[in-house]
Amino acid sequence: MLVYILKRVLATIPVMLIVAIFVFLLLRLTPGDPAAILAGDAATPAQLERIRDRLGLNDPLLTQFFTWIGQLVRGDLGVSLLSNTSVAGMLGDRLGPTINIALMTITISVLLAVPMGVIAAWRHRTWVDFLVMSFSVLGFSVPVFVIGYILIQIFAIELRWVPVQGYKAPSEGIGPFFSRAILPSLTLATIYVALIARMTRASMLEVLGEDYIRTARAKGVRENVVLFRHALRNAAVPILTIIGTGFALLISGVVVTESVFNIPGIGRLTVDAILARDYPVIQAMILLTAGIYVFVNLLVDVSYSFFDPRIRY
Amino acid sequence: MLPLRSALKHSRGLAAAFAATTALLAPGSLAAQDGETTITAVMHSGLRVLDPVITTAHITRNHGYMIYDVLTAVDENFEPQPQMASWEVSEDGLTYTFTLRDGLVFHDGAPVTGEDVVASLKRWGKRDGGGQLIFDVTESLEASDEKTVVWTLTEPFGPLLSVISKQSAVPPFIMPKRVAETSADETITEYIGSGPFVFNQDEYEPGVNVTYEKFDDYVPRDEEASWMAGGKVVNVDRVVWTTMPDALTAINALSAGEIDYLEQVQIDLLPILDASPEVTVETRDDLGYVTIGRPNHLHPPFDNKLVRQAAMAALDQESMLQTMQGDPAYYNVCGAIFGCSTPLGDEADAEIVTGGADPEKAKALLEEAGYDGTPIVLMAPTDVISLINQPVVAAQALREAGFEVDMQSMDWQSVVQRRAQQSPVSEGGWNMFFTNWMVPEISDPLTNVMVSGRGDEAWFGWPDDPEVEELRAKFMKAEGPEAQKEVAVEIQKHVMDNVNYIMMGEYLIPQARRNTIQNMLPSPVPVFWNMTKEAE
Repeated sequence: MLVYILKRVLATIPVMLIVAIFVFLLLRLTPGDPAAILAGDAATPAQLERIRDRLGLNDPLLTQFFTWIGQLVRGDLGVSLLSNTSVAGMLGDRLGPTINIALMTITISVLLAVPMGVIAAWRHRTWVDFLVMSFSVLGFSVPVFVIGYILIQIFAIELRWVPVQGYKAPSEGIGPFFSRAILPSLTLATIYVALIARMTRASMLEVLGEDYIRTARAKGVRENVVLFRHALRNAAVPILTIIGTGFALLISGVVVTESVFNIPGIGRLTVDAILARDYPVIQAMILLTAGIYVFVNLLVDVSYSFFDPRIRY
Repeated sequence: MLPLRSALKHSRGLAAAFAATTALLAPGSLAAQDGETTITAVMHSGLRVLDPVITTAHITRNHGYMIYDVLTAVDENFEPQPQMASWEVSEDGLTYTFTLRDGLVFHDGAPVTGEDVVASLKRWGKRDGGGQLIFDVTESLEASDEKTVVWTLTEPFGPLLSVISKQSAVPPFIMPKRVAETSADETITEYIGSGPFVFNQDEYEPGVNVTYEKFDDYVPRDEEASWMAGGKVVNVDRVVWTTMPDALTAINALSAGEIDYLEQVQIDLLPILDASPEVTVETRDDLGYVTIGRPNHLHPPFDNKLVRQAAMAALDQESMLQTMQGDPAYYNVCGAIFGCSTPLGDEADAEIVTGGADPEKAKALLEEAGYDGTPIVLMAPTDVISLINQPVVAAQALREAGFEVDMQSMDWQSVVQRRAQQSPVSEGGWNMFFTNWMVPEISDPLTNVMVSGRGDEAWFGWPDDPEVEELRAKFMKAEGPEAQKEVAVEIQKHVMDNVNYIMMGEYLIPQARRNTIQNMLPSPVPVFWNMTKEAE
């Protein structure tokens, strides 16, 4: 297992290098000029040229690339072209809200979706199954921002249970954190509940038809033990895959929710950096996202063997 | 909303219990901490660039006014007034002597000296268009002692005080000498001013939050505050600027009392605020903004004055402003290139832009010009709300007048990069784009970059216009408001004839505040001195 993990970790190096080359070239080929954003609308072409020189944007592409790679190897993500602040510091500030919201979302989703999927499979073709599947279709179909606005209207504006927007770190108190994180997490959870519930149901339906389930029932094992210990554990691999992918997606793609709830996460940081062509920030963000995907996939692969002893590395 | 309210009525008890639990878990989290008065404001944009001299970004200028002070500043009558310094001008108009007032200190406790002023003005002079013109005729700028700065010119420069007192793009903020010695092409890395607020670097999150604290050692002037001049009396402990990318969220947050002030409100969202009696919507910047069309003078067909005139005749301010703003209360048909409410503004010869579209006249001009149907590449940004509509309306109007129009949609960053291309259209160039300015940024011939006729050195569009340059030189030498106005009107007439750019009218942006916020000053730049905050 350790050798397998080591191999996978080493395999991330070429993956990250390819991502680095790709993102670097893509950004340089995309129209846009960070110097123009920095200097503002009234800057003359001559002033922009001098700023570009200072920022190193007029250097040959290869020089720019190797300067950046050299910094990366030394663990330096560089500084933002606009704010002159360390990119690592910016990522550190923004990663916390995104990860915390993602963890809360995944927790809510798993706690709701797995039992829903199991029950829907158990009560296949009954009104319970129909209800769960209807919710799933709804969860997929309604845009996230619509759900966000509806939740804000009900819980923040009408009932005034929670604030409309904002974010507080758990270190500032569980109450402030929870009251601000709950609506965005619920909003995001609607999609993931739908996704995980459907996957759980499908996977469970397959397992529930197996001989060993019939045997367990014939032996008089209680139904909840059959469902959750025998069937669910065997149905776990695809469910884990979808949870892992979902978590990675949550880390990298919650821009709309972060905007609607005004959460200073990495989704907004990425969009802002792209709009401003803040190259060091965009490059770092894409590398980070790629790294998260690789790490989460590794974690999911390793966890397969925990749920399915037949899988060995 | 009534049925929903009714349906949820019975949940109020539960709501109270939940709220009480949250409050217990988070003492003081939603209220002001330690009895401090904090104003939370949602600004029009996130603060990312902290150097108010290197950039003309409005949010950075606003930040500049929070933490820096200026030598002189204009009041609401556009009159320069002493701020950090009073001044004397020699009879020949060649020597300006500035004397710093008592009690000026930087946030690190060091006194503000003449050396700091000199270094700050020199750096500003390398960035600002008006500043560059003054330094072109500067013989020397020196601190004769700790509190005195002497600025000696080689020839009179009539609007010198107006230029150094201007409120926008770019005011000469005074920084410590060691900071001001940073190259004008590099951003500063230390943010210490002598203004009424101190920048809290620990709480700064670029593009998200910025916190300012009252500077206890700031000594305000005795006069009443008026625009950027007068006594900057701070009545609150902290001001927090936050950014909300979603306009509806910002409005909801204001209604719920989570924020105190919203700098800009989208006009189509105003009806939502009508339902909030605790919120006041108003316009504090009565000068507002202008929207303009800029033709590229380098290439056909707009290298021909008659074709530019045809484009101006084809466009209609009213329909463009109506599409942009919707509510006539928030726009103003205006043909004055220096703004309709400014001392130099005049609508001479402006009927062609204010009198509605005249496609027949445009067709006649095109025929006279021999326009061969070459398509006009009109750049249309799709990601800036205030710039989305103009190209669409213009394209239709131009087509009706006989132009072939190739409207190309792109993001604003692509416009910004492409408009810098001087190459012909077939090699990645362009013919026309639209943009917006604050009125103070276009209010005189020196700050209004679109009036410059320096060819390749001019602003994007590059008119090579020696006549306007002569008029600008005449303006610089004009002594006194009347003489300056006379030249400004000549420039207005010239621009209407030569079509350096097309004035498409003025518009206003409303703002909103909780009623607990009082004594806000009317000003083109939102200022946080003078205002008070009452308990809810």
